Amino acid sequence: MADTLTELGEHIAQATSGAVTAQQVRLEELMLETTADKVVALLTFLRDDPKCLFKQLIDICGVDWPEREKRFDVVYNLLSLKNNLRIRLKVATDETTPVPSAASVYSSAGWFERETYDLYGVWFSDHPDLRRILTDYGFEGHPLRKDFPLTGFVELRWDDVQKRVIYEPVKLAQEFRRFDFLSPWEGGIDRVLPGDEKATKAS
Amino acid sequence: MSDVEIKTLTMNFGPQHPAAHGVLRLVVEMDGEIVERCDPHIGLLHRGTEKLIEYKSYLQAVPYFDRLDYVSPMNQEHAYALAVEKLLGIQAPERGQYIRVLFSEITRILNHLLNVTTFAMDVGALTPPLWGFEQRELLMEYYEQVSGSRMHAAYFRPGGVHQDLPAGMLDSMDGWIKQFYPFMKDIEYLLNENRIFRQRTVDIGVVSEQQALDWGFSGPLIRASGIPWDLRKSQPYDVYDRMDFDIPVGKTGDCFARYLVRIEEMYQSVRIMEQCIAALRKVGGPVRVDDRKISPPRRGEMKDSMEALIHHFKLYTEGYKVPAGETYTAVEAPKGEFGVYLVSDGTNKPYRCKIRAPGFPHLQALDMMTKGHQLADMSANIGSLDIVFGEIDR
Repeated sequence: MADTLTELGEHIAQATSGAVTAQQVRLEELMLETTADKVVALLTFLRDDPKCLFKQLIDICGVDWPEREKRFDVVYNLLSLKNNLRIRLKVATDETTPVPSAASVYSSAGWFERETYDLYGVWFSDHPDLRRILTDYGFEGHPLRKDFPLTGFVELRWDDVQKRVIYEPVKLAQEFRRFDFLSPWEGGIDRVLPGDEKATKAS
Repeated sequence: MSDVEIKTLTMNFGPQHPAAHGVLRLVVEMDGEIVERCDPHIGLLHRGTEKLIEYKSYLQAVPYFDRLDYVSPMNQEHAYALAVEKLLGIQAPERGQYIRVLFSEITRILNHLLNVTTFAMDVGALTPPLWGFEQRELLMEYYEQVSGSRMHAAYFRPGGVHQDLPAGMLDSMDGWIKQFYPFMKDIEYLLNENRIFRQRTVDIGVVSEQQALDWGFSGPLIRASGIPWDLRKSQPYDVYDRMDFDIPVGKTGDCFARYLVRIEEMYQSVRIMEQCIAALRKVGGPVRVDDRKISPPRRGEMKDSMEALIHHFKLYTEGYKVPAGETYTAVEAPKGEFGVYLVSDGTNKPYRCKIRAPGFPHLQALDMMTKGHQLADMSANIGSLDIVFGEIDR
């Protein structure tokens, strides 16, 4: 299985001459990376090439890595029914650089891109209808970004005097608690335990 | 006679409409009785599941999957459990796998019973839901016996299932299967040749093979359009490769074909159930992995082992750490391909957990399916798509 995927990855990289910037096979899954300007051409190739035939776009989603310069990954998951294979394609972008929309290649991309825009604020150029989809009408912000708080900024309630639903800043009866469970139990994490930093400073 | 100016009418359908199957709001542009464009407004049930999961440990994320598509909870837990197992590099023991397949198929029947019967209700038949819900209730009793909850079971955990089956359950299931066949005959007798049902569904919302691929269809919908594709056959997980069952394929791609595919899938699910029951009578052993760093110790063990007590405490507070990596793992949920794209950064919480719900692309295609049909056909289309808002809005 892994050999087939490596071979396929090399075939794609060769045939598209430079569109694939990185490829790897991990956990029996093939992952390619590309740049925003090449993504539509690469998707079209993946759909139509007789060795690929990834006729179905399964999913588009975003991943946020705030510490990176291009903080967002746009992840495309494709499925080939003919060859019974899956492939994952990644494009890195930031808050302002748009990614060309895949809606001209796969019709199902429309809503997936709307969702990615809604939750992460990634822009898609040439999208037929780039509106918010999951959040409320008039919502501000992009909730799945790592710097968006879990509790959000506003809460809504019915106001009996004004006879309508109104938004107010979130009031929490108790501070939201996020427990730090990353203890070094069974190792795995190289981290200074609370208090230990003093010990190293003294010495 | 002077020229008459025809204006399209914009109509609001839902979000409180019994045929909308939940909180769907449709803005429909109509020319007389003909639908010209329909724009689904979703997100009225958005709860931020993906965000919440990023703040929970891997075990605490399981119950959120029950609440996505609340008609087929265990299949979604299955996808999540398989994804976490893949990252951890473990496999559930054989008995646990059989139990998971058994309950996945029970869930499939639960889901199809709800869909087929309420679909019949959407197009005017009131008896099927009354009969079907009785069967659903019987099946949910099995849910309750294994997990303590009728619907939100949290029964499939990464590494297996939570507990073994209670005594006598397999015999009771045998009895249920015996009475289920005549029940299915009754439902088919009510609907298959029913004149009104056929008039409302045949040749309505036809989806061609090409369209089904292009719009990302999966599950019964892609099969009704003539593509023999089922993840249980093509990318088998757990013990599905040992099961003997057939994949029904529709010929016409219309609402009636989708109904027929679901009816036949229920018979096939019962076949798989029978094989699982037979296997479970023979296969013994544990139902979840015997690794104390991942699955909690038995209650009895904790009474006299300090080690076990510590493990229990650590697993239910800190949880386990999952090696860094990412995976897209999908299962054949009753509604179609349900996938989990899980990114781990090596800590005890998922870094990103994208839920790929089958209903999302299906609902997106409603505009394509409904264009040119009458308004009444739209509710037939929605019914045949099998949408549940828990999973679409997440």
